[in-house]
Amino acid sequence: MEKIRWHGRGGNGAFSAAKILGYAVSVHGNKYAQAFPSFGPERRGAPVLGFTRISDTVINDHSQINMCHCVVVLDETLQGEVDFTEGIEDGGTLLINTTKTSEAIKEELQIRDAVNVVAVDATKLAMEVLGRNIVNTALMGAAIAVNEMCAISDVEKALDDMMSPKLAEKNKRLIRMAYEQVKGDLA
Amino acid sequence: MVEKVADFLAEGEADYEYMMVESEHSAMAAALGVSMMGARAFTATSSQGLMYMAEMLNYTSGGRHPVVMVNANRALAIPWNIYGDHSDAMAMRDCGWIMLFAESGQEALDMVIQAYKIAEDKDVMLPVMVNVDGFTLTHTYDVVDIPEQELVDAYLPSFDTANKMCLEHPKTLCHSVGPDYYTEAKIAQQEAFEVAKAKIVACDEEFEAMFGRGYGGLIEEYCCDDAEYALVAMGGTVGTVRDVVDELRAAGEKVGLIKIRGFRPFPEEYFQSVKSKFKAMGVIDRSLCFGVGGTVFGEVKSALYGSEMGLKGFVLGLGGRDISVDMIKEMFAELKECPAGEYSDQPIFVGRRW
Repeated sequence: MEKIRWHGRGGNGAFSAAKILGYAVSVHGNKYAQAFPSFGPERRGAPVLGFTRISDTVINDHSQINMCHCVVVLDETLQGEVDFTEGIEDGGTLLINTTKTSEAIKEELQIRDAVNVVAVDATKLAMEVLGRNIVNTALMGAAIAVNEMCAISDVEKALDDMMSPKLAEKNKRLIRMAYEQVKGDLA
Repeated sequence: MVEKVADFLAEGEADYEYMMVESEHSAMAAALGVSMMGARAFTATSSQGLMYMAEMLNYTSGGRHPVVMVNANRALAIPWNIYGDHSDAMAMRDCGWIMLFAESGQEALDMVIQAYKIAEDKDVMLPVMVNVDGFTLTHTYDVVDIPEQELVDAYLPSFDTANKMCLEHPKTLCHSVGPDYYTEAKIAQQEAFEVAKAKIVACDEEFEAMFGRGYGGLIEEYCCDDAEYALVAMGGTVGTVRDVVDELRAAGEKVGLIKIRGFRPFPEEYFQSVKSKFKAMGVIDRSLCFGVGGTVFGEVKSALYGSEMGLKGFVLGLGGRDISVDMIKEMFAELKECPAGEYSDQPIFVGRRW
Protein backbone atom coordinates (compact mmCIF):
# COMPACT_ATOMS: atom_id res chain seq x y z
CA MET A 1 0.00 0.00 0.00
CA GLU A 2 1.24 3.47 -0.92
CA LYS A 3 0.72 6.18 1.69
CA ILE A 4 1.24 9.82 0.79
CA ARG A 5 0.93 12.82 3.10
CA TRP A 6 0.42 16.34 1.79
CA HIS A 7 1.35 19.44 3.79
CA GLY A 8 -0.07 22.81 2.96
CA ARG A 9 -1.97 25.75 4.33
CA GLY A 10 -5.75 26.11 4.19
CA GLY A 11 -6.52 27.23 0.63
CA ASN A 12 -3.29 25.79 -0.88
CA GLY A 13 -5.05 22.79 -2.37
CA ALA A 14 -3.13 20.15 -0.40
CA PHE A 15 -6.27 18.11 0.23
CA SER A 16 -7.45 18.67 -3.35
CA ALA A 17 -4.18 17.09 -4.51
CA ALA A 18 -4.75 14.11 -2.18
CA LYS A 19 -8.26 13.76 -3.61
CA ILE A 20 -7.38 14.18 -7.30
CA LEU A 21 -4.61 11.58 -7.01
CA GLY A 22 -6.98 9.11 -5.28
CA TYR A 23 -9.63 9.76 -7.92
CA ALA A 24 -7.13 9.28 -10.77
CA VAL A 25 -5.77 5.93 -9.56
CA SER A 26 -9.19 4.51 -8.67
CA VAL A 27 -11.53 5.83 -11.35
CA HIS A 28 -9.02 5.77 -14.23
CA GLY A 29 -6.33 3.43 -12.90
CA ASN A 30 -7.18 -0.05 -11.78
CA LYS A 31 -6.59 0.51 -8.06
CA TYR A 32 -8.34 1.33 -4.81
CA ALA A 33 -7.77 4.64 -3.08
CA GLN A 34 -8.75 6.60 -0.04
CA ALA A 35 -8.23 10.34 0.49
CA PHE A 36 -8.90 12.35 3.62
CA PRO A 37 -7.89 15.65 5.18
CA SER A 38 -6.71 16.31 8.71
CA PHE A 39 -10.17 16.24 10.28
CA GLY A 40 -11.73 19.26 11.88
CA PRO A 41 -12.61 22.86 11.19
CA GLU A 42 -11.02 24.43 8.13
CA ARG A 43 -9.19 27.77 8.35
CA ARG A 44 -7.54 29.60 5.49
CA GLY A 45 -3.79 29.90 6.00
CA ALA A 46 -3.59 27.40 8.86
CA PRO A 47 -1.45 24.27 8.46
CA VAL A 48 -3.46 21.42 6.93
CA LEU A 49 -2.76 17.86 5.95
CA GLY A 50 -4.08 15.68 3.18
CA PHE A 51 -3.62 11.92 2.99
CA THR A 52 -3.86 9.41 0.15
CA ARG A 53 -3.82 5.63 0.47
CA ILE A 54 -3.40 3.64 -2.75
CA SER A 55 -3.72 -0.15 -2.91
CA ASP A 56 -4.30 -3.03 -5.33
CA THR A 57 -6.94 -4.43 -2.95
CA VAL A 58 -9.92 -2.96 -1.06
CA ILE A 59 -8.80 -0.54 1.66
CA ASN A 60 -10.38 -1.42 5.01
CA ASP A 61 -8.09 0.59 7.27
CA HIS A 62 -9.73 3.77 8.56
CA SER A 63 -7.06 4.77 11.04
CA GLN A 64 -4.87 7.82 10.63
CA ILE A 65 -1.71 7.57 8.54
CA ASN A 66 1.35 7.88 10.77
CA MET A 67 4.08 6.37 8.59
CA CYS A 68 4.21 7.07 4.87
CA HIS A 69 6.37 6.61 1.80
CA CYS A 70 6.08 10.08 0.47
CA VAL A 71 5.58 13.49 2.05
CA VAL A 72 4.79 16.43 -0.19
CA VAL A 73 5.24 19.97 1.10
CA LEU A 74 3.38 22.66 -0.84
CA ASP A 75 4.53 25.57 1.31
CA GLU A 76 8.04 25.60 2.74
CA THR A 77 7.16 28.39 5.18
CA LEU A 78 5.54 25.64 7.26
CA GLN A 79 9.07 24.80 8.35
CA GLY A 80 9.40 25.41 12.07
CA GLU A 81 5.62 25.30 12.49
CA VAL A 82 5.09 21.70 11.46
CA ASP A 83 7.52 18.78 11.54
CA PHE A 84 6.95 17.39 8.08
CA THR A 85 9.90 15.06 8.34
CA GLU A 86 8.08 12.96 10.94
CA GLY A 87 6.83 9.53 9.94
CA ILE A 88 8.72 9.12 6.66
CA GLU A 89 9.69 5.48 6.18
CA ASP A 90 13.23 4.43 5.32
CA GLY A 91 13.63 4.69 1.55
CA GLY A 92 10.80 7.22 1.48
CA THR A 93 10.83 10.68 -0.04
CA LEU A 94 10.35 14.24 1.11
CA LEU A 95 9.26 16.28 -1.88
CA ILE A 96 9.34 20.00 -1.20
CA ASN A 97 8.41 23.14 -3.09
CA THR A 98 11.46 25.35 -2.68
CA THR A 99 14.03 27.46 -4.52
CA LYS A 100 16.76 25.74 -2.53
CA THR A 101 18.63 22.60 -3.56
CA SER A 102 17.79 19.21 -2.12
CA GLU A 103 21.22 19.13 -0.45
CA ALA A 104 20.54 22.45 1.29
CA ILE A 105 17.13 21.20 2.52
CA LYS A 106 18.64 17.95 3.72
CA GLU A 107 21.17 19.82 5.78
CA GLU A 108 18.81 22.50 7.04
CA LEU A 109 16.22 20.00 8.25
CA GLN A 110 18.84 17.45 9.33
CA ILE A 111 17.17 14.70 7.38
CA ARG A 112 18.55 11.21 7.86
CA ASP A 113 20.24 9.46 4.92
CA ALA A 114 17.50 6.86 4.56
CA VAL A 115 15.13 9.58 3.32
CA ASN A 116 15.43 11.01 -0.18
CA VAL A 117 14.91 14.72 -0.52
CA VAL A 118 13.59 16.04 -3.81
CA ALA A 119 13.44 19.81 -4.28
CA VAL A 120 11.33 21.39 -6.99
CA ASP A 121 10.50 25.05 -7.60
CA ALA A 122 6.80 24.39 -8.16
CA THR A 123 5.94 28.04 -7.54
CA LYS A 124 8.03 29.09 -10.53
CA LEU A 125 6.38 26.48 -12.76
CA ALA A 126 2.88 27.42 -11.55
CA MET A 127 3.51 31.14 -12.12
CA GLU A 128 4.74 30.38 -15.61
CA VAL A 129 1.78 28.23 -16.64
CA LEU A 130 -1.14 29.34 -14.47
CA GLY A 131 0.02 32.85 -13.66
CA ARG A 132 -0.92 32.09 -10.06
CA ASN A 133 0.87 30.52 -7.13
CA ILE A 134 -1.24 27.37 -7.04
CA VAL A 135 1.22 24.52 -6.80
CA ASN A 136 -0.81 21.41 -5.98
CA THR A 137 -1.01 20.02 -9.51
CA ALA A 138 2.68 20.74 -10.20
CA LEU A 139 3.60 18.80 -7.07
CA MET A 140 1.36 15.93 -8.15
CA GLY A 141 3.41 15.69 -11.34
CA ALA A 142 6.62 15.84 -9.31
CA ALA A 143 5.39 13.19 -6.84
CA ILE A 144 4.50 10.83 -9.69
CA ALA A 145 7.96 11.36 -11.15
CA VAL A 146 9.42 10.29 -7.82
CA ASN A 147 7.53 7.07 -7.21
CA GLU A 148 5.18 6.39 -10.15
CA MET A 149 2.19 5.65 -7.92
CA CYS A 150 -0.08 6.67 -10.78
CA ALA A 151 0.06 7.03 -14.55
CA ILE A 152 0.31 10.66 -15.67
CA SER A 153 -2.40 9.93 -18.25
CA ASP A 154 -4.81 8.91 -15.44
CA VAL A 155 -4.24 12.22 -13.65
CA GLU A 156 -4.86 14.03 -16.92
CA LYS A 157 -8.18 12.22 -17.29
CA ALA A 158 -9.03 13.12 -13.68
CA LEU A 159 -8.37 16.81 -14.39
CA ASP A 160 -10.60 16.62 -17.48
CA ASP A 161 -13.38 15.24 -15.25
CA MET A 162 -12.94 17.80 -12.50
CA MET A 163 -12.01 21.09 -14.16
CA SER A 164 -13.27 23.33 -16.94
CA PRO A 165 -11.56 22.46 -20.28
CA LYS A 166 -9.38 25.61 -20.24
CA LEU A 167 -8.17 25.10 -16.69
CA ALA A 168 -7.67 21.38 -17.23
CA GLU A 169 -5.42 22.02 -20.26
CA LYS A 170 -3.22 24.43 -18.27
CA ASN A 171 -2.94 22.07 -15.33
CA LYS A 172 -2.18 19.11 -17.58
CA ARG A 173 0.68 21.10 -19.09
CA LEU A 174 1.90 22.04 -15.63
CA ILE A 175 1.81 18.44 -14.39
CA ARG A 176 3.82 17.28 -17.43
CA MET A 177 6.40 20.04 -16.94
CA ALA A 178 6.91 19.21 -13.26
CA TYR A 179 6.99 15.49 -14.03
CA GLU A 180 9.60 15.86 -16.73
CA GLN A 181 11.72 18.31 -14.75
CA VAL A 182 11.89 16.00 -11.72
CA LYS A 183 12.48 12.97 -13.94
CA GLY A 184 15.37 14.85 -15.49
CA ASP A 185 16.77 15.84 -12.09
CA LEU A 186 16.57 12.25 -10.88
CA ALA A 187 18.12 10.77 -14.02
CA MET B 1 -25.24 15.26 3.33
CA VAL B 2 -28.53 17.09 2.80
CA GLU B 3 -26.56 19.69 0.82
CA LYS B 4 -25.57 16.94 -1.60
CA VAL B 5 -29.22 15.86 -1.77
CA ALA B 6 -30.01 19.47 -2.73
CA ASP B 7 -27.28 19.37 -5.40
CA PHE B 8 -28.78 16.26 -7.01
CA LEU B 9 -32.09 18.08 -7.29
CA ALA B 10 -30.54 21.33 -8.58
CA GLU B 11 -28.58 19.45 -11.23
CA GLY B 12 -31.68 17.61 -12.36
CA GLU B 13 -30.28 14.20 -11.40
CA ALA B 14 -33.15 13.37 -9.08
CA ASP B 15 -36.81 14.05 -8.65
CA TYR B 16 -38.08 14.87 -5.19
CA GLU B 17 -39.34 17.73 -3.05
CA TYR B 18 -36.68 19.44 -0.95
CA MET B 19 -37.71 21.29 2.20
CA MET B 20 -35.55 23.86 3.94
CA VAL B 21 -36.31 24.08 7.64
CA GLU B 22 -34.78 26.13 10.43
CA SER B 23 -33.66 23.39 12.83
CA GLU B 24 -33.20 19.67 13.40
CA HIS B 25 -36.34 19.57 15.53
CA SER B 26 -38.27 20.98 12.59
CA ALA B 27 -36.46 18.67 10.17
CA MET B 28 -37.75 15.60 11.95
CA ALA B 29 -41.19 17.14 12.47
CA ALA B 30 -41.32 17.78 8.71
CA ALA B 31 -40.08 14.27 7.88
CA LEU B 32 -42.81 12.89 10.12
CA GLY B 33 -45.40 15.06 8.38
CA VAL B 34 -44.19 13.88 4.98
CA SER B 35 -44.42 10.25 6.08
CA MET B 36 -47.92 10.89 7.48
CA MET B 37 -48.96 11.91 3.97
CA GLY B 38 -47.74 8.56 2.69
CA ALA B 39 -44.53 9.81 1.08
CA ARG B 40 -40.97 8.61 1.57
CA ALA B 41 -38.85 10.92 3.74
CA PHE B 42 -35.10 11.31 4.27
CA THR B 43 -33.01 13.57 6.43
CA ALA B 44 -29.57 13.58 8.01
CA THR B 45 -28.12 14.92 11.21
CA SER B 46 -25.27 14.61 13.66
CA SER B 47 -24.24 15.16 17.26
CA GLN B 48 -26.04 18.11 18.93
CA GLY B 49 -28.43 18.18 15.99
CA LEU B 50 -29.60 14.68 16.88
CA MET B 51 -30.04 15.80 20.48
CA TYR B 52 -32.12 18.75 19.34
CA MET B 53 -34.23 16.35 17.31
CA ALA B 54 -34.76 13.98 20.23
CA GLU B 55 -38.37 14.85 20.99
CA MET B 56 -39.47 14.18 17.43
CA LEU B 57 -37.60 10.87 17.17
CA ASN B 58 -40.04 9.25 19.59
CA TYR B 59 -43.03 10.81 17.83
CA THR B 60 -41.85 9.27 14.56
CA SER B 61 -41.13 5.82 15.98
CA GLY B 62 -44.22 5.69 18.23
CA GLY B 63 -46.39 6.81 15.31
CA ARG B 64 -44.83 4.00 13.28
CA HIS B 65 -43.68 6.22 10.43
CA PRO B 66 -40.80 4.66 8.47
CA VAL B 67 -38.55 7.70 8.03
CA VAL B 68 -34.92 6.96 7.14
CA MET B 69 -32.18 9.19 8.50
CA VAL B 70 -28.40 9.15 8.31
CA ASN B 71 -26.63 10.13 11.48
CA ALA B 72 -22.98 11.15 11.12
CA ASN B 73 -21.73 9.87 14.47
CA ARG B 74 -19.99 12.61 16.40
CA ALA B 75 -19.20 13.48 20.01
CA LEU B 76 -21.46 15.46 22.31
CA ALA B 77 -20.63 18.63 24.24
CA ILE B 78 -19.14 19.52 26.65
CA PRO B 79 -16.12 19.83 26.06
CA TRP B 80 -17.39 20.96 22.69
CA ASN B 81 -15.90 18.64 20.09
CA ILE B 82 -17.00 18.19 16.52
CA TYR B 83 -15.08 14.95 15.95
CA GLY B 84 -16.28 11.39 15.60
CA ASP B 85 -17.52 8.93 18.22
CA HIS B 86 -20.78 7.12 19.00
CA SER B 87 -22.02 9.27 21.92
CA ASP B 88 -24.83 10.84 19.90
CA ALA B 89 -26.40 7.62 18.68
CA MET B 90 -25.99 5.88 22.01
CA ALA B 91 -27.78 8.71 23.79
CA MET B 92 -30.74 7.96 21.50
CA ARG B 93 -30.56 4.18 21.67
CA ASP B 94 -34.01 3.86 23.28
CA CYS B 95 -35.86 6.24 20.98
CA GLY B 96 -37.58 3.39 19.13
CA TRP B 97 -35.58 3.62 15.91
CA ILE B 98 -33.88 0.71 14.22
CA MET B 99 -30.16 1.54 14.41
CA LEU B 100 -27.68 0.20 11.88
CA PHE B 101 -23.94 1.00 11.73
CA ALA B 102 -21.96 1.10 8.45
CA GLU B 103 -18.32 0.06 8.08
CA SER B 104 -17.46 1.82 4.81
CA GLY B 105 -18.69 4.37 2.32
CA GLN B 106 -20.06 1.58 0.15
CA GLU B 107 -21.94 0.00 3.03
CA ALA B 108 -23.37 3.39 4.05
CA LEU B 109 -24.84 3.83 0.57
CA ASP B 110 -26.15 0.27 0.39
CA MET B 111 -27.51 0.51 3.93
CA VAL B 112 -29.69 3.53 3.11
CA ILE B 113 -31.30 1.57 0.27
CA GLN B 114 -31.80 -1.44 2.53
CA ALA B 115 -33.09 0.81 5.33
CA TYR B 116 -36.19 1.86 3.36
CA LYS B 117 -37.04 -1.75 2.60
CA ILE B 118 -36.74 -2.71 6.27
CA ALA B 119 -38.54 0.40 7.57
CA GLU B 120 -41.47 0.18 5.16
CA ASP B 121 -42.09 -3.55 5.61
CA LYS B 122 -45.72 -3.83 6.71
CA ASP B 123 -44.77 -6.01 9.66
CA VAL B 124 -42.05 -3.60 10.78
CA MET B 125 -43.07 0.03 10.15
CA LEU B 126 -40.27 1.53 12.19
CA PRO B 127 -37.94 4.41 11.34
CA VAL B 128 -34.30 3.54 10.63
CA MET B 129 -31.20 5.47 11.65
CA VAL B 130 -28.21 4.66 9.42
CA ASN B 131 -25.10 5.47 11.46
CA VAL B 132 -21.97 6.54 9.60
CA ASP B 133 -18.83 7.42 11.57
CA GLY B 134 -18.21 11.16 11.55
CA PHE B 135 -15.07 12.17 9.62
CA THR B 136 -13.47 8.69 9.35
CA LEU B 137 -16.28 7.76 6.96
CA THR B 138 -18.15 11.00 6.25
CA HIS B 139 -15.07 13.03 5.28
CA THR B 140 -13.04 10.28 3.63
CA TYR B 141 -13.13 10.00 -0.15
CA ASP B 142 -13.47 6.39 -1.14
CA VAL B 143 -14.40 4.35 -4.20
CA VAL B 144 -18.12 3.59 -4.20
CA ASP B 145 -20.16 1.66 -6.71
CA ILE B 146 -23.42 3.53 -7.28
CA PRO B 147 -26.11 1.05 -8.33
CA GLU B 148 -28.35 1.62 -11.33
CA GLN B 149 -31.68 3.31 -10.65
CA GLU B 150 -33.62 0.48 -12.34
CA LEU B 151 -32.04 -2.11 -10.08
CA VAL B 152 -32.77 -0.05 -6.96
CA ASP B 153 -36.37 0.42 -8.11
CA ALA B 154 -36.69 -3.33 -8.59
CA TYR B 155 -35.34 -3.95 -5.09
CA LEU B 156 -37.33 -1.17 -3.47
CA PRO B 157 -40.85 -0.72 -4.85
CA SER B 158 -42.67 2.54 -4.19
CA PHE B 159 -43.87 3.22 -0.66
CA ASP B 160 -47.43 2.15 -0.02
CA THR B 161 -48.98 2.51 3.43
CA ALA B 162 -52.35 2.63 5.10
CA ASN B 163 -50.78 4.57 7.99
CA LYS B 164 -51.38 7.95 6.37
CA MET B 165 -53.79 10.86 6.17
CA CYS B 166 -56.37 10.08 3.51
CA LEU B 167 -59.76 11.68 2.88
CA GLU B 168 -61.32 8.39 1.73
CA HIS B 169 -60.24 6.65 4.91
CA PRO B 170 -60.11 9.31 7.63
CA LYS B 171 -58.29 8.33 10.80
CA THR B 172 -56.30 9.80 13.67
CA LEU B 173 -52.54 9.54 13.55
CA CYS B 174 -50.00 10.11 16.33
CA HIS B 175 -52.85 10.24 18.82
CA SER B 176 -52.77 10.39 22.60
CA VAL B 177 -54.03 7.49 24.74
CA GLY B 178 -54.49 6.84 28.44
CA PRO B 179 -53.07 4.07 30.61
CA ASP B 180 -55.55 1.61 29.12
CA TYR B 181 -53.84 1.59 25.69
CA TYR B 182 -50.28 2.86 26.14
CA THR B 183 -48.77 -0.45 27.30
CA GLU B 184 -50.16 -2.32 24.29
CA ALA B 185 -48.82 0.33 21.92
CA LYS B 186 -45.35 -0.18 23.39
CA ILE B 187 -45.71 -3.97 23.19
CA ALA B 188 -46.57 -3.61 19.52
CA GLN B 189 -43.32 -1.63 18.99
CA GLN B 190 -41.30 -4.23 20.89
CA GLU B 191 -42.84 -6.99 18.74
CA ALA B 192 -42.01 -5.04 15.59
CA PHE B 193 -38.36 -4.97 16.65
CA GLU B 194 -38.42 -8.75 17.05
CA VAL B 195 -39.89 -9.09 13.54
CA ALA B 196 -37.28 -6.65 12.26
CA LYS B 197 -34.43 -8.99 13.25
CA ALA B 198 -35.38 -11.48 10.54
CA LYS B 199 -36.35 -8.73 8.07
CA ILE B 200 -32.94 -7.04 8.34
CA VAL B 201 -31.29 -10.35 7.46
CA ALA B 202 -33.77 -11.05 4.62
CA CYS B 203 -33.40 -7.53 3.14
CA ASP B 204 -29.61 -7.92 3.20
CA GLU B 205 -29.75 -11.35 1.54
CA GLU B 206 -32.08 -10.08 -1.16
CA PHE B 207 -29.76 -7.11 -1.67
CA GLU B 208 -26.79 -9.43 -2.06
CA ALA B 209 -28.64 -11.55 -4.63
CA MET B 210 -29.43 -8.46 -6.71
CA PHE B 211 -26.39 -6.23 -6.21
CA GLY B 212 -23.66 -8.75 -5.37
CA ARG B 213 -22.88 -7.16 -2.02
CA GLY B 214 -24.06 -8.61 1.29
CA TYR B 215 -23.14 -7.68 4.82
CA GLY B 216 -24.42 -10.42 7.11
CA GLY B 217 -27.66 -8.81 8.32
CA LEU B 218 -27.35 -7.97 12.02
CA ILE B 219 -23.90 -9.48 12.58
CA GLU B 220 -20.84 -10.43 10.59
CA GLU B 221 -18.29 -12.88 11.92
CA TYR B 222 -14.82 -12.55 10.40
CA CYS B 223 -12.28 -15.34 10.95
CA CYS B 224 -14.29 -16.59 13.93
CA ASP B 225 -14.67 -20.30 13.08
CA ASP B 226 -11.61 -21.42 15.04
CA ALA B 227 -10.91 -18.15 16.84
CA GLU B 228 -9.99 -18.13 20.51
CA TYR B 229 -10.12 -14.38 20.97
CA ALA B 230 -12.67 -12.09 19.38
CA LEU B 231 -13.12 -8.33 19.30
CA VAL B 232 -16.58 -6.80 18.85
CA ALA B 233 -16.66 -3.54 16.89
CA MET B 234 -19.13 -1.20 15.15
CA GLY B 235 -18.77 1.40 12.41
CA GLY B 236 -15.61 2.46 10.61
CA THR B 237 -13.37 0.81 13.22
CA VAL B 238 -14.49 -2.58 11.89
CA GLY B 239 -12.36 -2.24 8.75
CA THR B 240 -9.21 -1.49 10.72
CA VAL B 241 -9.86 -4.47 13.04
CA ARG B 242 -10.38 -6.60 9.91
CA ASP B 243 -6.87 -5.71 8.69
CA VAL B 244 -5.34 -6.40 12.12
CA VAL B 245 -7.07 -9.81 12.23
CA ASP B 246 -5.53 -10.61 8.82
CA GLU B 247 -2.09 -9.57 10.07
CA LEU B 248 -2.32 -11.54 13.34
CA ARG B 249 -3.76 -14.57 11.54
CA ALA B 250 -0.76 -14.53 9.18
CA ALA B 251 1.39 -14.72 12.31
CA GLY B 252 -0.58 -17.78 13.46
CA GLU B 253 -2.78 -16.13 16.10
CA LYS B 254 -6.34 -17.39 16.44
CA VAL B 255 -8.17 -14.09 16.50
CA GLY B 256 -11.48 -13.01 15.04
CA LEU B 257 -13.77 -10.03 14.55
CA ILE B 258 -17.46 -9.70 15.35
CA LYS B 259 -19.05 -6.78 13.55
CA ILE B 260 -22.31 -5.51 15.01
CA ARG B 261 -24.24 -4.10 12.10
CA GLY B 262 -27.64 -3.98 13.77
CA PHE B 263 -27.49 -2.39 17.21
CA ARG B 264 -31.29 -1.95 17.47
CA PRO B 265 -32.70 -4.55 17.38
CA PHE B 266 -29.77 -6.03 19.29
CA PRO B 267 -28.53 -9.43 18.05
CA GLU B 268 -29.05 -11.10 21.43
CA GLU B 269 -29.55 -14.56 19.91
CA TYR B 270 -26.18 -14.40 18.20
CA PHE B 271 -24.33 -13.64 21.42
CA GLN B 272 -26.25 -16.40 23.23
CA SER B 273 -25.13 -18.80 20.49
CA VAL B 274 -21.42 -17.98 20.98
CA LYS B 275 -21.30 -17.77 24.76
CA SER B 276 -18.86 -20.66 25.01
CA LYS B 277 -17.24 -20.30 21.58
CA PHE B 278 -14.20 -18.17 22.48
CA LYS B 279 -11.70 -18.04 25.33
CA ALA B 280 -12.22 -14.32 25.66
CA MET B 281 -14.20 -11.57 23.97
CA GLY B 282 -13.51 -7.84 24.00
CA VAL B 283 -15.86 -5.03 23.05
CA ILE B 284 -14.76 -1.74 21.48
CA ASP B 285 -16.93 1.15 22.62
CA ARG B 286 -16.78 4.67 21.22
CA SER B 287 -19.13 6.04 23.86
CA LEU B 288 -19.61 5.96 27.60
CA CYS B 289 -22.72 5.08 29.51
CA PHE B 290 -21.75 7.12 32.56
CA GLY B 291 -21.87 5.21 35.80
CA VAL B 292 -21.83 1.92 33.90
CA GLY B 293 -19.02 1.85 31.29
CA GLY B 294 -18.95 1.15 27.57
CA THR B 295 -22.48 1.25 26.15
CA VAL B 296 -22.17 -1.68 23.74
CA PHE B 297 -20.22 -3.69 26.32
CA GLY B 298 -23.18 -3.50 28.73
CA GLU B 299 -25.46 -4.94 26.06
CA VAL B 300 -23.03 -7.68 25.01
CA LYS B 301 -22.49 -8.69 28.64
CA SER B 302 -26.21 -8.88 29.19
CA ALA B 303 -26.72 -10.97 26.04
CA LEU B 304 -23.93 -13.33 27.16
CA TYR B 305 -25.66 -14.04 30.49
CA GLY B 306 -24.30 -17.29 31.90
CA SER B 307 -21.14 -17.28 29.74
CA GLU B 308 -17.85 -18.50 31.19
CA MET B 309 -15.74 -16.57 28.68
CA GLY B 310 -13.39 -13.81 29.71
CA LEU B 311 -14.95 -10.45 28.84
CA LYS B 312 -13.31 -7.08 28.49
CA GLY B 313 -14.89 -3.72 27.80
CA PHE B 314 -12.58 -1.27 26.03
CA VAL B 315 -13.41 2.41 25.59
CA LEU B 316 -11.47 4.41 22.99
CA GLY B 317 -11.83 6.65 20.00
CA LEU B 318 -13.76 9.30 21.95
CA GLY B 319 -14.05 12.77 20.44
CA GLY B 320 -12.18 11.76 17.29
CA ARG B 321 -9.10 10.20 18.89
CA ASP B 322 -7.58 7.79 16.38
CA ILE B 323 -8.17 4.06 16.78
CA SER B 324 -4.84 2.78 15.54
CA VAL B 325 -3.65 -0.62 14.43
CA ASP B 326 -1.39 -0.71 17.51
CA MET B 327 -4.33 -0.08 19.85
CA ILE B 328 -6.24 -2.97 18.28
CA LYS B 329 -3.22 -5.25 18.71
CA GLU B 330 -2.98 -4.10 22.33
CA MET B 331 -6.61 -5.13 22.94
CA PHE B 332 -6.06 -8.57 21.41
CA ALA B 333 -2.97 -8.93 23.63
CA GLU B 334 -5.08 -8.07 26.69
CA LEU B 335 -7.68 -10.66 25.70
CA LYS B 336 -5.00 -13.34 25.60
CA GLU B 337 -4.19 -12.54 29.22
CA CYS B 338 -7.82 -12.61 30.31
CA PRO B 339 -8.70 -15.75 32.32
CA ALA B 340 -12.00 -17.56 31.72
CA GLY B 341 -14.87 -16.22 33.76
CA GLU B 342 -13.25 -12.86 34.35
CA TYR B 343 -14.92 -9.70 33.16
CA SER B 344 -13.97 -6.08 33.45
CA ASP B 345 -16.38 -4.22 35.72
CA GLN B 346 -14.66 -0.92 34.93
CA PRO B 347 -14.10 0.36 31.38
CA ILE B 348 -10.55 -0.12 30.11
CA PHE B 349 -9.50 3.13 28.44
CA VAL B 350 -7.13 2.40 25.58
CA GLY B 351 -4.80 5.23 24.55
CA ARG B 352 -5.57 7.44 27.56
CA ARG B 353 -2.98 10.17 28.01
CA TRP B 354 -3.10 10.42 31.80
